[in-house]
Amino acid sequence: MDYVAPKTAMEASEALVQDGAFALAGGTDLLVKLKTKFISPNIVVDIKQVPKITSIEESMDGWWIGAATPCAEIVEHESLCQDWPGVVEALSLIGSTQIQGRATLGGNLCNASPAADSVPALIAANGTCVISGQTGEREEPIENIVISPGATVLAKGEFILGFKLPKPPSGSGDAYLRLIPRSEMDIAVVGVGTSVSVDKNKKITSIRISLGAIAPTQVILDGLEDIFIGKEPDEDSINKLVSLAESACRPIKDKRGTIEYRTKIAGVLAKRTLNIAYERATNH
Amino acid sequence: MNDMTQTNFERALKIVGSRPARPDGVDKVTGRALFGADKSLPNMLVGRVLRSPYAHAKILSIDTSKAEKLKGVKAIITSVDFEDFPSEFVPNGEMVVNMKDITRNVMAREKVLYVGHTVAAIAATDEDIAEQALALIDVKYEVLPHVLEVEDAEKSDAPLLHDDMMTIGVEPAPTSASNVAKRVEFGFGDVEKGFSEADLVVEREFTTQQVHQGYIEPHACLASVSEDGQAELWCTTQGPFVVRNFCSKLLGFNAAQIRVTASEIGGGFGGKTVVYLEPLALALSRKSCRPVKMEMNRAEVFTASGPTSGAKIWVKIGVKNNGQITAGDCILKYQAGAFQGAPVGPGAMCAFAPYDLTNVRAVGYDIVVNRPKVAAYRAPGGPISEYGVESVIDEIALKIGMDPIDLRLKNAAKEGTIAPYGPKLGPIGMIETLEAAKDHPHYSAPLGPNQARGVASGFWFNIGGETSSSITINEDGTVGLTLGTPDIGGSRASMAMMASEELGVPMELIKPIIGDTNSLGFNFLTGGSRATFSTGTTVVESTREAIGELKKRAALLWEVSLDQVEWVDGHARLISGDEPKTMSLAQIAKQAGKTGGPIMANCSMNVTGAGPSLGTHIVDVEVDKETGRVSIIRYTAIQDAGKAIHPAYVEGQLQGGAVQGIGWALNEEYIYNDKGELENTGFLDYRIPVCSDVPMIDTVIVEVPNPNHPYGVRGVGETPIIPPLAAISNAVSRATNKRFDELPLSPPKVLAKLMHG
Ligand SMILES: Cc1cc2nc3c(=O)[nH]c(=O)nc-3n(C[C@H](O)[C@H](O)[C@H](O)COP(=O)(O)OP(=O)(O)OC[C@H]3O[C@@H](n4cnc5c(N)ncnc54)[C@H](O)[C@@H]3O)c2cc1C
Repeated sequence: MDYVAPKTAMEASEALVQDGAFALAGGTDLLVKLKTKFISPNIVVDIKQVPKITSIEESMDGWWIGAATPCAEIVEHESLCQDWPGVVEALSLIGSTQIQGRATLGGNLCNASPAADSVPALIAANGTCVISGQTGEREEPIENIVISPGATVLAKGEFILGFKLPKPPSGSGDAYLRLIPRSEMDIAVVGVGTSVSVDKNKKITSIRISLGAIAPTQVILDGLEDIFIGKEPDEDSINKLVSLAESACRPIKDKRGTIEYRTKIAGVLAKRTLNIAYERATNH
Repeated sequence: MNDMTQTNFERALKIVGSRPARPDGVDKVTGRALFGADKSLPNMLVGRVLRSPYAHAKILSIDTSKAEKLKGVKAIITSVDFEDFPSEFVPNGEMVVNMKDITRNVMAREKVLYVGHTVAAIAATDEDIAEQALALIDVKYEVLPHVLEVEDAEKSDAPLLHDDMMTIGVEPAPTSASNVAKRVEFGFGDVEKGFSEADLVVEREFTTQQVHQGYIEPHACLASVSEDGQAELWCTTQGPFVVRNFCSKLLGFNAAQIRVTASEIGGGFGGKTVVYLEPLALALSRKSCRPVKMEMNRAEVFTASGPTSGAKIWVKIGVKNNGQITAGDCILKYQAGAFQGAPVGPGAMCAFAPYDLTNVRAVGYDIVVNRPKVAAYRAPGGPISEYGVESVIDEIALKIGMDPIDLRLKNAAKEGTIAPYGPKLGPIGMIETLEAAKDHPHYSAPLGPNQARGVASGFWFNIGGETSSSITINEDGTVGLTLGTPDIGGSRASMAMMASEELGVPMELIKPIIGDTNSLGFNFLTGGSRATFSTGTTVVESTREAIGELKKRAALLWEVSLDQVEWVDGHARLISGDEPKTMSLAQIAKQAGKTGGPIMANCSMNVTGAGPSLGTHIVDVEVDKETGRVSIIRYTAIQDAGKAIHPAYVEGQLQGGAVQGIGWALNEEYIYNDKGELENTGFLDYRIPVCSDVPMIDTVIVEVPNPNHPYGVRGVGETPIIPPLAAISNAVSRATNKRFDELPLSPPKVLAKLMHG
């Protein structure tokens, strides 16, 4: 097995084109898979030296978060935390302090687990990602990246350079909650990211909810506009949200939770994240 | 036995009861301590195990020829490399073992009985070659139907694991084989009469799941057998002497041929009392004449080492309206795993043991299933049966409107009570722990919304057993202690403290080590909460003998008779005489050469008189009624230690036991698929608690001295895992107004009960 640490995006793409090449960011998924012999790479391409891939930048257009920025650095970024508390909450749940010193958003997304914590929050935040390849860069919505457990749309030689999040308009808030049986070091039974914006009268102007671990890939809830736009959330709309979330579930029954349980929790967490996000939006 | 009239219970103690740093502490925190996998030897080979992919199958053939031809493969073993034994129960220390089963568990013979069962083992020059070689071994199986649950295994048409197994303990003796290995019964009085006298009778069925001890250090060993048949074995174990005996029997060595050295141990909790890799490594080393190191990975630990039983139990208790229990009855069905030996006997014995009853019966069944053979786990069998009883006690308390501690106090066992398993109890601390619980501020603290408080008590016997240790007085006045029970919970510190107290020399001058199997007489293992009690007794005894010798040497030097010398604060002192005359231990030791040679003493005995330890736990839980998630808000563990030699390590035992009990109660369980494969073979899905799952566990040590130990010690290591199961279940039941009777109380199960009842 070879190891390279290219200094430019182009060199990284050239290395990644080879058969059996794997990108290495924090390695918290990759090394586990290596050690358990789940994968046996021919070449490991450490992408952390590629320019911009570990930087966080704020501009008029919004946020840039380099795909290989360790979560621990993102958590400490104060103004990002103010703009996207739910996104930061989500990635701050990954593993533990030690894991977050290495774990990255690019790795969390490209590992393509339905239970990845940061992904529903990033989708709810309307994030996009910049993909770098041999022919240059392209931008894709985050929800387009994962196609099935363990599989992404990335072509040979492609990797994620970074994520773009919009600057939230005033009156916005987001939230992420997951359910795990333990209190940390666990994998989400269900994770829900919710982002809302409100007008001066506290009426909802936009809403986006994404659920993780309830289907082979993250799910975006459809039909929220009809229920919530122009209104404050009330019992009736929340009940509708709960049913919508429950009916979006296409979970597998496995050791982490029965179908009935995941479905029920999807509704509960959708409701709870909406309450938190709405509360944040009205105070933003 | 030492002179028990020389009581230490009232005497002012200087060292015992204090909290000095442990002698092994620095090595542990710096990483210098050597654990099972930390030793290597020149020319060492790597040993790996081929394991059964099936839960139950006949082995038709094993062809190792291709693997043998692989370059770098130095030895391959299968069952033909092990002698067979008749089905016969033989003692090994305090355990009674069946060598026929043990040899089959170490290496499958006719059949594989669980996924992960060892089928062959290989020693090769490196790990990759060993892995490749495993893949080249061709095993032909005939897959058989399997059975995982006791209620299925006991049916007459269930797949039979052992076609010669006749249930022991039933009348008339059965004529056909079954999966029920034995029936046990304890108790006295007339339970039916007792129930007829009751104002209220509550009966309920409970289910618990198979759980693993979850020690962080996987099994590991290093064996080296020389060309002349001398064997050295380094391994992580609770009992090197027991390992020696198992291995010598399995491999046809005599005891003197195998020297076993126990490494530091990264947790055992009863799980490191049997052998898995050790006989394989020895057999591979004997075959290859090279050292062989073997380690399990975590999945192997879960699938192929011994967890404790899952169980189905039924409990029935009758009471008068004033809380007086009129009768208690229970039936316990425990999974044994693939071979008989579920801890249902002790489970039945202690089920009702916290109480003073006139009509009591406990019946137990030991049932084999296609799961790994169970091993001891902290108070083996106790947590399961007492979970059922303590849950019913709580339900009764609610129904008759009585405080659950008062109900227990009303029926508490005390000195003179006839225990349900027969003997009359000596002094015990059931009442004292209950009173301490009632007086604790935790018991009356206010509760928040969705919170409730649960309590439960627990009883465990504790044991003594064969023990041997020695003390040497060095020329410079320092002291060496050689102990035969591996230090799992700080026992080196406790032993040094007792020797220090007796000798009157600072603990820092005393160096305790764990000896190998050639350095002492037989020691039964560290288990049954026996080390501080049993090894402590021999340490005090040999220290007193050494003091006698020191006095003798002083008398020689002073040219007085022995009765003129007493031992005070680390010095010999002349009793009479015009001016006070003393001689320090160091001064005597320096002159030992001219007064008769080195000073050393040892004590070897079968220690008896262990004192049962009782505990009562209080827990506050909060239940998220929308998700079924249970949080532990506050926890207090109260226990009778007899005497806490080192209180911090006693507290550590109470806290550790409570946390393991919390894991058992909330999330731990073996999850099998329909092929009988374990689905959660790692700590991600086998959920022991993480730090943030538990609050700081508050502790209260109660001291009701055990008259049979020089300082009053009882064992403390096992009792604290008993109360948490029921305490938490009772709290969750009270928080939700539903009676929970199934563990674990994992979020899906709790929510299902809240939704569907
Ligand atoms: C103990 C432990 C606890 C964990 N807990 C959680 C948790 O609570 N929640 C959770 O969601 N996850 C958890 N994880 C999983 C893991 O930490 C996260 O998924 C993490 O975000 C992965 O990031 P990484 O940088 O370490 O990825 P890596 O391991 O470096 O990479 C993961 C995969 O993505 C690919 N990859 C990485 N970066 C890129 C890129 N920029 N472009 C293209 N492909 C890329 C790699 O080739 C690899 O296939 C845990 C892991 C461990 C070991």
